[in-house]
Amino acid sequence: MFLLNLLLKNAFRHRLRTALTMFGLVVAIAAFGLLRTIVDAWYAGADASSSTRLIVRNAISLTFPVPQTYAQRIRGIEGVKGLSWSNWFGGVYVTERNFFPQFAVDVATYLPLYPEFIVSDKQRRDFIVDRQGVMVGRSLADKFGWKIGDSIPIRGTIYPGTWTFTLRAIYDGIDARTDEGQFLFHWQLLAETFKQRYPGRAFDVGVYVVSIKDPTEAATVSRRIDESFANSLAETLTETEQAFQLSFVAMVETILVAVQAVSYIIVLIIMIVLANTMAMTARERIAEYATLEALGFGPGFVARLIFGESLLIALLGGIGGLAVTLPLAGAFRQAAGTLFPVFVVSPLTQTLQIAAALVVGLVAAAWPAWRMSRLDIVAGLRHVA
Amino acid sequence: MRMLPMAYVARNLWARRVTTALTALGMALVVYVYTTVSMMTAGIRSTMVATGQVDNVLVLRKGAGAEINSGIARGQAAVIETLPGIATDAQGHLLLSKEPVVLNSLPKRGSGKPSNVSMRGTSAIGLALRPQVRIVEGRMFRSGSSEVVVGKSIASGFQGAELGRSLRFAGREWLIVGVFDANRSGFDSEIWGDADQMMQAFRRNAYSTVVFRLNEVGDFERIRAALEDDPRLSLQARPEVRFYAEQSEALATFISILGTTLSVIFSIGAVVGAMITMFGSVAARVGEIGTLRALGFRRSAVLIAFMGESLLLSAFGGAVGVAAASGMQFIAISTTNFQTFAELAFRFVFSPGIAVNAMLFALAMGLVGGVIPAWRAARLSIVDSLRAA
Repeated sequence: MFLLNLLLKNAFRHRLRTALTMFGLVVAIAAFGLLRTIVDAWYAGADASSSTRLIVRNAISLTFPVPQTYAQRIRGIEGVKGLSWSNWFGGVYVTERNFFPQFAVDVATYLPLYPEFIVSDKQRRDFIVDRQGVMVGRSLADKFGWKIGDSIPIRGTIYPGTWTFTLRAIYDGIDARTDEGQFLFHWQLLAETFKQRYPGRAFDVGVYVVSIKDPTEAATVSRRIDESFANSLAETLTETEQAFQLSFVAMVETILVAVQAVSYIIVLIIMIVLANTMAMTARERIAEYATLEALGFGPGFVARLIFGESLLIALLGGIGGLAVTLPLAGAFRQAAGTLFPVFVVSPLTQTLQIAAALVVGLVAAAWPAWRMSRLDIVAGLRHVA
Repeated sequence: MRMLPMAYVARNLWARRVTTALTALGMALVVYVYTTVSMMTAGIRSTMVATGQVDNVLVLRKGAGAEINSGIARGQAAVIETLPGIATDAQGHLLLSKEPVVLNSLPKRGSGKPSNVSMRGTSAIGLALRPQVRIVEGRMFRSGSSEVVVGKSIASGFQGAELGRSLRFAGREWLIVGVFDANRSGFDSEIWGDADQMMQAFRRNAYSTVVFRLNEVGDFERIRAALEDDPRLSLQARPEVRFYAEQSEALATFISILGTTLSVIFSIGAVVGAMITMFGSVAARVGEIGTLRALGFRRSAVLIAFMGESLLLSAFGGAVGVAAASGMQFIAISTTNFQTFAELAFRFVFSPGIAVNAMLFALAMGLVGGVIPAWRAARLSIVDSLRAA
């Protein structure tokens, strides 16, 4: 108790300096947490994926379609429970800045495969029966202020022209990890328009979504599907939904690695600032430490005083940083809109934030503590700060 | 008015070496991040700008933002060939190339993770349209064969993409017979093969893009009007330089905004460090300041001396940061460009402009960190400070 009292008194003796250091710590720890959350947000799609869904795409790359005729053959493969398909639409709503993903899906079979999209029965029926209808996620609808019945024009970049959809359903995610930023409409609308425009050309499928009975069979079923199309005109590559999502994350991996590296730089910067504060503090108190040692307190006690003070400041700053991270993340999510459909500060991030603060406190105190514990009492007593 | 000599300012920093070094290091880290991000943005921009030629025109389907989204039917391509104003080579061949562009996902070297690579079907004329591209190893593909040549970054960055190996896609084996150097342009991240063979293998009936050279650069507006007014075509023509600049804009802007935001947030930490140091510097020298004032130095001279100390400190930190970042020039990295959905390799590009900006950023940190402590030093009353000594 005595030690803690002394630590508190010491830490706040230089109020302005301690306040500035803590402010720096709050900013640094919050920035560290926010950066980690941004990186996590990229992986959110993969984390939320179901282990019972496989994605079948063209083996060359995602931009190549898969023939429509494959549907029947995939349904017949052992281990396959359900099948649906979707095409990436890649349209633009008003301006390029309003990016959100649009998929043309086979509605009747698609919705049962995605139980995490919660939608009322009435809206679901309205959506299924309206060929021009569209279903969007809650956060997307909120962002643009869309209400049921609104007409939404989308300019196609892959499929030319302006397409107008009627909002028929808004889905909610089953939990915070579900992407509420999707825009789903009828695949048949796309296919029929395409056939009208280009008679005689087949309209193919972007990817097939396959649900399997047993998640442990994912590898076997994937192999069966790919083998049955080997050496055909469109060879397929089947992977779990998670692997499929991760392949997108891998594309921007360089940027993610950079962001992660940078998040440690801010911790390093604040470590230097705190080390500076502790070095200045220790230098000013040389005479006091010498007095303490002259009174019979050992060098270990002096080292404990310095470590304790440093840890106290770091911890208070760390807790402050932790406290402001949540409102900051909320504000960031609002500002970023649909760019990060899922943006949650994870418990791991929070643990790491406190751990970072503690490491900063420990490292910053190391050098001053080492020097002060080797203090020559006589020289120290003579020292004038 | 008498000023305090610069040597006084510099010696004060030297007298508190450890503190000076720590504070400057904090600032150096911020400047390092800032400079590196600026170099990255400049690298992406210069790679894409080097890709386009001033007198080349690129035609895409109207509304298609990228080559892979576009489709130009054979008939439409034939109409483009009839336009007046397209340059010819010495043999009288039109300098016009009709090219399919597709993406192929290949495993990256090292991680083995697949990434999309642009594959372009082209011809000898396509090569002539891009004078920056030179075959540096092996030879050009033979027209009408399943041979391909790969860009330098692809040969070094992807598994099984070296000279002499073959790639398997679209039901065929494609032999890599050459490696080309595109002089640090976007083509370094592409694979080129015979246009007709690729159309056949991918079962495509439409080209992605048509590129041609203008006889006269000034002819562009006339050709564009002729092309876009033709009701048989629904196409859009752009100077190649502008097209490639647009292709990199989203990625460059994203990195630039992300980097600047981070640098500004990080600078708060460094500014706090500078402020603590400068407050400490003032507190340790109250008596000295009183003496200086008693000797006749004005408040403004004291203010300027402490501001000078803070600025010198930040200039030192900034210089260290810029020097460390300039070492990044020798590193090449690659990432997926969101607009083309394909891999793009680029370098960090350092320029005097970036160095000046980074130093200004460092000095701004010194200014913000030093102004309050310097102000406080200048406001000290002579009697009180002399008594404190």
